[in-house]
Formats: sequence, C-alpha cells, structure tokens
Amino acid sequence: MATLNVLIVDDEPGIRSGITRILRDFSVDFPFLNEEFDFNLIEVETGESAVEHLDAGEVDIVLLDNKLPGIDGIEVLEYINDKEFDCSVMMITSYASLDLAIKATNNGAYNFVPKPFTPTELKTSMEGITKNLYLRRMTKKMNTEGKQIRFQFLSVLSHELKSPLNAIEGYLNIIKERQLGDNVTDYEMMIDRSLERIKGMRSLIMDMLDLTRLESSAKKRDVQKVDLVEIMRLSKDTMSPLAIQKNIKINIDVQPDHIFYMADRQEIEIIFNNLVSNAVKYNKDNGEVSCVLREEGDRIRISVSDTGIGISEEDIPKLFQDFVRIKNEKTKTISGSGLGLSIMKKIAEEVYHGTVSVESQPDMGSTFTVTLPRTPTMGR
Amino acid sequence: MEQFKNMTALIADDDVDMTTQLSLQLQKMGFKVLIAESQKETEEIMEATKPDIAIFDLMMDNKDSGFILSYKMKKKYPDVPVIILSAVTSDTGMMFGVNTDEEKAWIKADCYLEKGLRTEQLEKEIFQLLNKEHN
Repeated sequence: MATLNVLIVDDEPGIRSGITRILRDFSVDFPFLNEEFDFNLIEVETGESAVEHLDAGEVDIVLLDNKLPGIDGIEVLEYINDKEFDCSVMMITSYASLDLAIKATNNGAYNFVPKPFTPTELKTSMEGITKNLYLRRMTKKMNTEGKQIRFQFLSVLSHELKSPLNAIEGYLNIIKERQLGDNVTDYEMMIDRSLERIKGMRSLIMDMLDLTRLESSAKKRDVQKVDLVEIMRLSKDTMSPLAIQKNIKINIDVQPDHIFYMADRQEIEIIFNNLVSNAVKYNKDNGEVSCVLREEGDRIRISVSDTGIGISEEDIPKLFQDFVRIKNEKTKTISGSGLGLSIMKKIAEEVYHGTVSVESQPDMGSTFTVTLPRTPTMGR
Repeated sequence: MEQFKNMTALIADDDVDMTTQLSLQLQKMGFKVLIAESQKETEEIMEATKPDIAIFDLMMDNKDSGFILSYKMKKKYPDVPVIILSAVTSDTGMMFGVNTDEEKAWIKADCYLEKGLRTEQLEKEIFQLLNKEHN
C-alpha cells in the first residue's frame, strides 16, 4: 500500500471538508498493476499556501479550485507546469466555468470535476487521476530504465480491457432502455455477445496472471522433477470439453512412456495448455490434433499438429507478439487474448533456453514445435 | 426520431459488438448504415459511396487506421463530417483530440470521442456536425 499526498485547494471550507470526508477512507487499487493507493489529505485555502506546499515537494495530486482569493487556480497550474513538479492536477470548478476547465485541461490539468459533485463522481475521478499518475511515473522510470516496451504493453493492455467493457456496457444500456421493445427474446443475441466478451476478458486476465507470474521477480519458481507425459495428458483432459463440442480427436504419441524433466510444473503446463488449446480452437469441426513427445539426444521435442485453418506466411512473424491476433473471416468468431503464444515463447526460450517454431499451410493445418534442452540451463 | 431519413452513415470498427450497437443507434435516428470491419473494407466502400457522415474506430488493421481513413475521407469528400470513436484516451496512456491547431493539422477528423460515451452525447455531436436542430 502506497500513500499519495493530496493537496486540496479551495477557499470554501465546506468543499474542503466534504472532499476530506469522501476521500479519508477511500483507496484505489488496480489488481493488474499490483498496487494499492490511499490518500493523505492536506487542506489549504489559497493559491499562495498551495505553492508553499508544492515547493516543499511532497504533493502527488492537487485538487484545485480556480476561483481563489489571491492568485487563482490557473496561475497555480502554470506554476506547476513551469517548475515541472511531478504531480497530477484535477480542477474543481463550477458548471459556469466549463470553458475555463477545458482550457485548464489543455494546460496540463488531468481533468476537472464540476461543482457540485457527488461522492461517486469524485471517487471515479480520483481513480482516473491516480492511475494516470501511476502510469506516468512508471513511464518515466521505465524510460530511464529503457523499458518503454513494457509501458506500451500496459497501455495496450488497458485498451484491450476497456474494449469488452465498452461492448458489454453498451448492450446493457440498450437492454435497460428496452430499445428493441419489451420482448426478452429480442435481446438474446446481446446477452450472448456480452457473455462471450466476458469470457474473452477472463481469458485475457488469466493470461495476464501467467505473464505477471513469469515476469515478477518476486515469484518463487518451484523447480522439481516433473513427468512431461503426464502434463501432456492433463492438457488433453483440460481441452476435452471443447474438443468434444467440435468433434475433434486428440491423439497423444509419446516415446518413451515417461519423460522426466527438471522444471517448474506451472510453466510447463502453460506451454502445453497453449499448444493444445490453440490446436483445438483453430481447428475445423471433426478435425484432429496430434501431440508428439520425443526424447531426441540432448533435446526434448514437443510437436502439436492440427488440421485447422492454418496461418498464412505473412502472418507467421506476427504470431508471437503481445496482443497480436490474426484477424480474418476464419478467426473472427474465435476469442482469445493474443497473449498465449507470446507467453509460451517467453517461457520456452527465455526460461528454458529452448526453441519455438511453426510450420503451417492455410486451410490444411499448423504444427507448433517446442524443443527443450535435456539439461536445462535455467534462464533465471 | 427520423431526422436523418435518406442519409447514409459509414461506420468502421473491427469490434463487431461496437458496429452492432452503433448501427442500431444510427438506424433509430433514421440513417441507412454501411458497416466496415477493417480499414481496407472502409476504403473500398468509400470508393463506391459517398456517405453523409462517417464514424471510425482508431485502431483497426493499423494502429492509426482511424487517422488514415479520416485523411482519405476528407481528401475525397471534404464536406463529409468524420468522427473518430476510440478507446484510446488519456487513461490508456495516449491522448488525442482535435482541440488545438497542431492537432487539427494532422488529425483530419471533425471530432474525437471516447468509446463508452452515452448515446445522447454521440447523438448531440451528430446533430451538430450535420447542422440539425436537436429536439
């Protein structure tokens, strides 16, 4: 839990104490960012004393009224910009000065809350500004650490998480307003689509968790002797319900009967589950999936082939990038996060120093092959 | 409400749920709706048809499909109002708008709106862009 210092600048005592009351026991957390914030609230009456606090350098968020007795809010905002203080500003302003609020936003204020506001409105805005501040500081930190890519990842992630929410919210509003009349069955498609988007979002979150686990240095890896054949069979069982629906046969061909390997069980499960689930998801009805597991000299080879829609040559290089999903008529109805293969590749190559390759023919099927060195030299 | 009878709206979004919802809303307003699911498809439709208004998603085949389409639309039909409707906003780490001259210089859309906005807000913008009285 981190605490952010919030400077409340307003000459009306009622507004100040109101804000304090609302935010005193409020905290903001972002599960996927693994952070939680609460607020230390500082009340001041004038722009002048706001400047003093800012100069002391202990302010994270400023809730700023524009109409102040001495120097006004906009001037405080300009001061913050000039001095490049690392804080986020939210203007609190009455409806009458909407124009001004927009100007302020263009001048670097994160957003504005119109007065009067409800507790919920204030809390929602605080969530937004906190996330903005957090992401901005992360970016700064990452830029200095040369980790811009990671930030892009976060920003694409929030986009990917918002899209299903927007879709579901839209459908719910249509249903709430009975836009298609009172017949419940007319809304069935919208309910189905909402459920489908929720499913997609869940799979994204699950994949995210895999990735977080993988990238978090705090995670303790549990390396022990595991039987790859057993894990392969488990993956088959996991995917069986979907395979049965599409009447797909999953064959397992292993040699020898047990292949023991020093590894973190969860990581190996992620690799196998991704291979088998893709082979089923992107297969045709009545198709087949062949899983081959072989010990070949100092390497172990895992190949999973399907009789599915295949991948065109130009799409293959894109396959392993974060959030990239090959979009075409054939993949339109298949839900996925676009993270599975990139996670799998990270584990196989970065953690186990193995290789990942793919061969494919459109409309015929694809074969994904992972090889792992017999004596793994662990990446971390 | 059928103020926009005999008018055509072109909408482009690779999210089928967004196009479903948008086209429902626009049809209620009286529009005939043309739907495209990619930048390429949108360009094909633009070749053959001049819509009365266009609403583009930002990220489709390309990360800036919406910007490219706005540019092409304005080049071909300068008088067709264009709205970009995107989930890319300040809280996803990028902020676009058409408020400053600098932005207007390269973003050719008339208006940049955030997805998840209330239907009335979108309606209001459409009324404004097409110079209709909102009742």
